[in-house]
Amino acid sequence: MATLIDLIRAGHKVERHRPWPRAVVDAKVWRSAAGALADGGLSLLGLWGEPSCVHMAVLDNRTSAIGVLSLDCPDHQFPSVAAHHAPALRLERTIHDLFGLVPTGTPDPRPWLDHGRWQRRFPLGERLDASTDAAPYRFLPAEGGGLHQIAVGPVHAGIIEPGHFRFTASGETVVRLEQRLGYTHKGVEGLMAGSTVEQAVRLAGRISGDSTVAYALAFAQAVEAAQRIAVPPRALLLRALMAELERLANHLGDIGAICNDASFALMQAHCAVLRESVLRAADAAFGHRLMRDLVVPGGLARDIAGDGSSAIRAALDQIRRHFPALIELYDNTASLQDRTVTTGVVTPALARQFAAGGYVGRASGRNHDARRMPGYLPYDGLRFEVPVLSDGDVNARVWIRIREVEQSLGLADQILAGLEAGPVRVSLQAATESCEGIALVEGFRGDILAWLRLSGDRIERCHLRDPSWFQWPLLEAAIEANIVADFPLCNKSFNCSYSGQDL
Amino acid sequence: MRKLLFQSLFRQPLTEQAPRPDDAALAELAAMVGHTARRRLGRSLSIREVDAGSCNGCELEIHALSNAYYDVERFGIRFVASPRHADVLLVTGPVTKNMREALERTYRATPDPKWVVAAGDCAKDGGCFAGSYAVVGGVSAVVPVDLHIPGCPPSPMAILRGLVALLETVDTGVAAR
Repeated sequence: MATLIDLIRAGHKVERHRPWPRAVVDAKVWRSAAGALADGGLSLLGLWGEPSCVHMAVLDNRTSAIGVLSLDCPDHQFPSVAAHHAPALRLERTIHDLFGLVPTGTPDPRPWLDHGRWQRRFPLGERLDASTDAAPYRFLPAEGGGLHQIAVGPVHAGIIEPGHFRFTASGETVVRLEQRLGYTHKGVEGLMAGSTVEQAVRLAGRISGDSTVAYALAFAQAVEAAQRIAVPPRALLLRALMAELERLANHLGDIGAICNDASFALMQAHCAVLRESVLRAADAAFGHRLMRDLVVPGGLARDIAGDGSSAIRAALDQIRRHFPALIELYDNTASLQDRTVTTGVVTPALARQFAAGGYVGRASGRNHDARRMPGYLPYDGLRFEVPVLSDGDVNARVWIRIREVEQSLGLADQILAGLEAGPVRVSLQAATESCEGIALVEGFRGDILAWLRLSGDRIERCHLRDPSWFQWPLLEAAIEANIVADFPLCNKSFNCSYSGQDL
Repeated sequence: MRKLLFQSLFRQPLTEQAPRPDDAALAELAAMVGHTARRRLGRSLSIREVDAGSCNGCELEIHALSNAYYDVERFGIRFVASPRHADVLLVTGPVTKNMREALERTYRATPDPKWVVAAGDCAKDGGCFAGSYAVVGGVSAVVPVDLHIPGCPPSPMAILRGLVALLETVDTGVAAR
């Protein structure tokens, strides 16, 4: 079985790609990497394109090494990874939609983000005119007696993002769910190409609004890695504080919302109050409820307000006082447990195959947290546990989030206690030669991958991979053989990002 | 559960428990919304939220309107599941090309009289996504907009304030579409 080090050695290592190696490989090595993904030696972290090459970021499951393999495609095609490893499929379809590179041997040549409405094809590759007759999208077939289809979306009943779900049901039971996403595709990667670092970090913070801190952090870390910039300790701590507040706010909101989708509104009412207290504390401390545009390459756009620490402490205390009663309520309400236990199961094998991050992976036995592995500052100096369960149902995902709320409370305490005076920003270098950086950051939803190439103070190419890419397909698997009425509950327990996936 | 319910019965409501300048302004605003909405539309104002391509930041703050601090339902303002039940479309995001038709169809499915509120900086002119091959632009590029609420995202307070402004416009006789 090929290890990552072997694969990297088999290619030409690229200079000035930091902190992990990147190698340009040939088609044979590319195929053996796809094979190693299929047999479980490697996990896929990302797969993205450029006008005439493709890149794949992988994690070696035995050595925990991370690296990037690149394949030049002068003839605008590359050997399909998805032919061997299903998690690559939607990423490959996206590469074709955006760059026009053809994955040879792909099991599914349908478009993904391109709905035939951009007035052009391959907007980031060699531009060609759109064919005027956009072929209707063919959903996968489901055959059998008494099956019926339910089409939902893109405009949904709740206050949520747009996407289309095509259910095939036998009576109440879901036989197949197929997702059709891409409705919120805004062309972020196209906008980033050629933009300044300042413009690009604003875009990064708007890829998925609920993870604005985590995205800005991933982007900033990639820039800092490329330019070898050391961020001041105070900025590192405050960034982690924001990231934990973002995690707290999202987990609290979602725990309530999941219970609400099981028609248990009491949890929702109480959790929403706790979420609001976190947002108000964030506003008092950093001047923005979602802490947007604060993390920038080199540090922070502004320091915490003078009374910010006490506002955050008050919010943390409020959660500590009220949350235990809510956990007890969740655990002791039989009608609620009846809905969440054994519903929407993701098997550990699937979570491992898709390298699912966040609570989706950790509720199905995948012990991975980017704060630990590969790890980044300042988490090496902070104490926290990574909760893991193996049931893989809605209940397990709720429990992972409950435990993570507790861990984030502890982390925020440690950070506030360890804050020392000092600068919060260093300036970037006016680099003359182009350099590349990569980072993996743990958002509330899972690990976000950021990869970019800098040329002077401009972004030449930037790719940001949302954790949802590897979670959305698992939702299709989780809902199978559940009843249609449990879909909102399952969907909320995943809470995948539409905008993060659609980019 | 009984204990929690009992506590909620005997505790002061959250908005009044911690009065701050913000909360006072909120109560005043909320009362205004209630009064104006009633005069024009009877006892309720039904809102259908449409994400036309946002980053989901605006959705988070629109959600917050329903929490115990803002509690918009007190005033008969509620979010409905179908445009056919709605008086107001609350639209977020730069309108993406992939969402254009869905927004147009949602608008056509909303019965008259109707108003469109565009929420957030992207909904005004596309924000930082303007100029992309995949983005049409602001909401007004696709459907007529009666009011724009700025912010990235607008805070729940700003959204409430925006609804007041809309209702005042409605009251001074500007015809609804």
